[in-house]
Amino acid sequence: MNLILHIWRQASPSVPGAMVRYEARDISPDMSFLEMLDVLNERLMERGDAPIAFDHDCREGICGSCSLMIDGLAHGPHRGTATCQLHMRSFRDGAEIRIEPWRARAFPVVKDLVVDRGALDRIIAAGGFISAPTGGAQDANTILVPKPDVDTAMDAAQCIGCGACVAACPNGSASLFTASKLTHLGLLPQGQPERYARALTMVRRMDLESFGHCTLHGECQEACPKEISIDTITRMNRDFLRAGLTAGRAAVAESD
Amino acid sequence: MDLHSRVPSGPIELKWDKHRFEMKLVNPANKRKYTVLVVGSGLAGAAAAATLSELGYNVKCFCVQDSPRRAHSIAAQGGINAAKNYRNDGDSIFRLFYDTVKGGDFRAREANVYRLAQISVNIIDQCVAQGVPFAREYGGLLANRSFGGAQVSRTFYARGQTGQQLLLGAYQQLEKEIARGGVAMFPRTEMLDLIVVDGRARGIVVRDMVTGRIETHIGDAVVLGTGGYANVFYLSTNAKGSNATAIWRAHKRGALFGNPCYTQIHPTCIPQAGEYQSKLTLMSESLRNDGRVWVPTRAGDARPPDQIPEEDRDYYLERRYPSFGNLAPRDIASRAAKTVCDEARGVGPGGLGVYLDFADAIGRVGADAIRERYGNLFEMYERITDENPYRVPMRIYPAVHYTMGGLWVDYNLMSSIPGLHVIGEANFSDHGANRLGASALMQGLADGYFIVPATVSDYLASTKLEKIDATHPECRLVQEETAVSTRRLLGIKGTRTVDSFHRELGRIMWDKCGMARDARGLQEALARIPELREEFWRNVNVPGSDTELNQALEKAGRVADFLELGELICRDALHREESCGGHFREEYQTEEGEALRNDELFAYVAAWEYTGRDAEPRLHREPLDFEYVHLAQRSYK
Ligand SMILES: Cc1cc2nc3c(=O)[nH]c(=O)nc-3n(C[C@H](O)[C@H](O)[C@H](O)COP(=O)(O)OP(=O)(O)OC[C@H]3O[C@@H](n4cnc5c(N)ncnc54)[C@H](O)[C@@H]3O)c2cc1C
Ligand code: FES
Repeated sequence: MNLILHIWRQASPSVPGAMVRYEARDISPDMSFLEMLDVLNERLMERGDAPIAFDHDCREGICGSCSLMIDGLAHGPHRGTATCQLHMRSFRDGAEIRIEPWRARAFPVVKDLVVDRGALDRIIAAGGFISAPTGGAQDANTILVPKPDVDTAMDAAQCIGCGACVAACPNGSASLFTASKLTHLGLLPQGQPERYARALTMVRRMDLESFGHCTLHGECQEACPKEISIDTITRMNRDFLRAGLTAGRAAVAESD
Repeated sequence: MDLHSRVPSGPIELKWDKHRFEMKLVNPANKRKYTVLVVGSGLAGAAAAATLSELGYNVKCFCVQDSPRRAHSIAAQGGINAAKNYRNDGDSIFRLFYDTVKGGDFRAREANVYRLAQISVNIIDQCVAQGVPFAREYGGLLANRSFGGAQVSRTFYARGQTGQQLLLGAYQQLEKEIARGGVAMFPRTEMLDLIVVDGRARGIVVRDMVTGRIETHIGDAVVLGTGGYANVFYLSTNAKGSNATAIWRAHKRGALFGNPCYTQIHPTCIPQAGEYQSKLTLMSESLRNDGRVWVPTRAGDARPPDQIPEEDRDYYLERRYPSFGNLAPRDIASRAAKTVCDEARGVGPGGLGVYLDFADAIGRVGADAIRERYGNLFEMYERITDENPYRVPMRIYPAVHYTMGGLWVDYNLMSSIPGLHVIGEANFSDHGANRLGASALMQGLADGYFIVPATVSDYLASTKLEKIDATHPECRLVQEETAVSTRRLLGIKGTRTVDSFHRELGRIMWDKCGMARDARGLQEALARIPELREEFWRNVNVPGSDTELNQALEKAGRVADFLELGELICRDALHREESCGGHFREEYQTEEGEALRNDELFAYVAAWEYTGRDAEPRLHREPLDFEYVHLAQRSYK
């Protein structure tokens, strides 16, 4: 296949970027999207040009590194598919494809198609864990978890932290990301003691980073390569409200 | 150099407890005064960094991805072993120990393996406490599945994403410690060299991959959890960024390299589709619980699979290994696939594939049950091949997957450089010449959560270290050397890309040092690799500068190391004149084509010492004794 690519090039965070046109000839439909970019990069380098920087690692849809807006869609046209799992057979011969980095205030561009997603780690650090220091655990089978609960927890826990939800959201909100962690931990018996405190600190952290607010557009669940549902956001809002009430009551009790 | 394995005395089941009691402790108030550098944030590194911080040490943790959550461990699919005996099917610590020593073809250190089996039990407890959503039965208890090389069901799993869930568990503990201020995290930071002062590991030199700045970090101990080196073959199931740079450069500073030729070829991967292929995708071994492996009985039978009747099919694993059947260990299953393909009975493009067929299982338990067990793997397969495995059998072929070799470590997981500890896939590890499925996650977490935190404490408590900082002459020297070699790569301005060298090296390694090896091929590789390396340093083209994000430069440094490591792998493979586990030498096989060990001459760990550029490495031997599992030819028949 032969393709025309328009790709975002930006040398560093401090200089302006622009779309640049490239021709990609003799591309096999069995190539993955990233292999197509590899081929383009090899050709650019053979010509003495700078290759296009993009994040990738596992190339099987699990590490969450790859992060491309393809024709305006986070991870491209297919549902439940990360960029690295997309194959060129999904495009038509002669197609023109626009390739851009995640666009969100909270994800500054580092170079070309590479962005800084450190804000997502900081949301986890704000409470996205169960405090279980090594050594003190009881026998695993003494904690019973109903199968439906663990299955729903697992649906949410599958989040790969790629940030597609943020990139797809018109407001640049990280609600789906945050809610999936809250749902995963909040559904398990082990996660109960810190459940409401967790909701409070994670949501507050999300607001402190430059993410926007959730107005339930639902674009995030369309873009999510793991098809995590926005039901998780409802759960998050519920836990957050309850946490706010509890925190308020605690503050009143303290001032008494 | 003397190789001391430092295995404690006493009966095997008491060694670790006794050793834990005898190890020195650091007073809680003093822990804060020590800094430990942990390189890598995979299962091993993240677990170690979080636990050391919980103990009270100052930890600095480094990784090359933009977040510690993206380490290669995230991709592990099938599961993690533990001797819980929840199924009441006869499992025990001793049985897991026995299976692992036997599975490793009697080339692992018994005491280490026993400890691993003991700790396996605590790992599951720990992970459940953290909220890892392992699969459960309807009653709420944990579920299990079987893996190769075992006749019990001891593998815990979270759908096909066990590595992801375990890593997220460790990552979350790590983030908790980052928030508390116990760990300083350095993502997108690559270790490029090790600083050794007065014979002890005291620091590392790193490159900030965004700004290009080269910096020194000083510590009281260094822990490497930087993963395996399967990417020396170019095509492997590892993540693209997996590399040997940290361990290789530590090797050049004096750490011995153990058993480099023990590499694992995984039997069930999606076959290569074209020249452009950038990596290979694993289909988890757990699929062999329900999938049956077969090829046509007749060579050159080109009928589509559904038109080949039962009597014209050869379920060769079930035929050759009736008691383990499709769950024969990896090395054996891979070689068996190669054998049938060599006989022109392979299927798919180029005849490099065998069928993994789920028709019987779907008939027995229904498509929904199969979807529940392996849905994400089936989807992954379909995405890549455009074929529906619920309808047509999968096509699979062996691919390089894991490296049992790595830096040599003693019982305390300390390398031959005092103060340098090595954990996870990066060490030469507990798997001998072949790793059983679901045991790498177990080993990485045992090392990271339970072993290295204790042994690092013992090291710090029993060592007096001089205070140094980055202005120490040795630090300046190593930092300057790193800057010079980076600039050297950029200055060559040749005509070939880094990838073209990497691919060529990979082809040599696969052809001459892959599933089967012989002396002639290895000698050819040993002649060819230095030539390729020489051409690399003369003719590679690394564009860009050293003061920016430069992915070609990162790759170039790693490929330069692979070009040296590849030679050591072949040298090790040539010297080991026997077949064992993943190391199969054509010259040494039984009449039935099984691996033929030579215990009299080769029951040792080969630990190689670096002696300088273009100089022959020096071989040290750590003899292996088998007191509890008696040396015998492995049989899975
Ligand atoms: C597809 C696949 C499936 C698997 N499935 C299973 C399974 O089901 N069960 C099982 O037991 N095992 C499985 N394995 C094996 C297992 O996943 C790995 O052996 C294990 O996860 C390795 O963990 P690690 O912590 O040692 O290293 P890794 O997870 O590879 O982590 C290495 C870390 O080191 C960092 N690093 C590397 N180099 C540098 C450097 N120079 N400077 C700074 N940082 C550096 C990386 O950023 C990363 O954080 C599988 C492997 C693959 C490839
Ligand atoms: S590269 Fe890992 S998810 Fe795409």
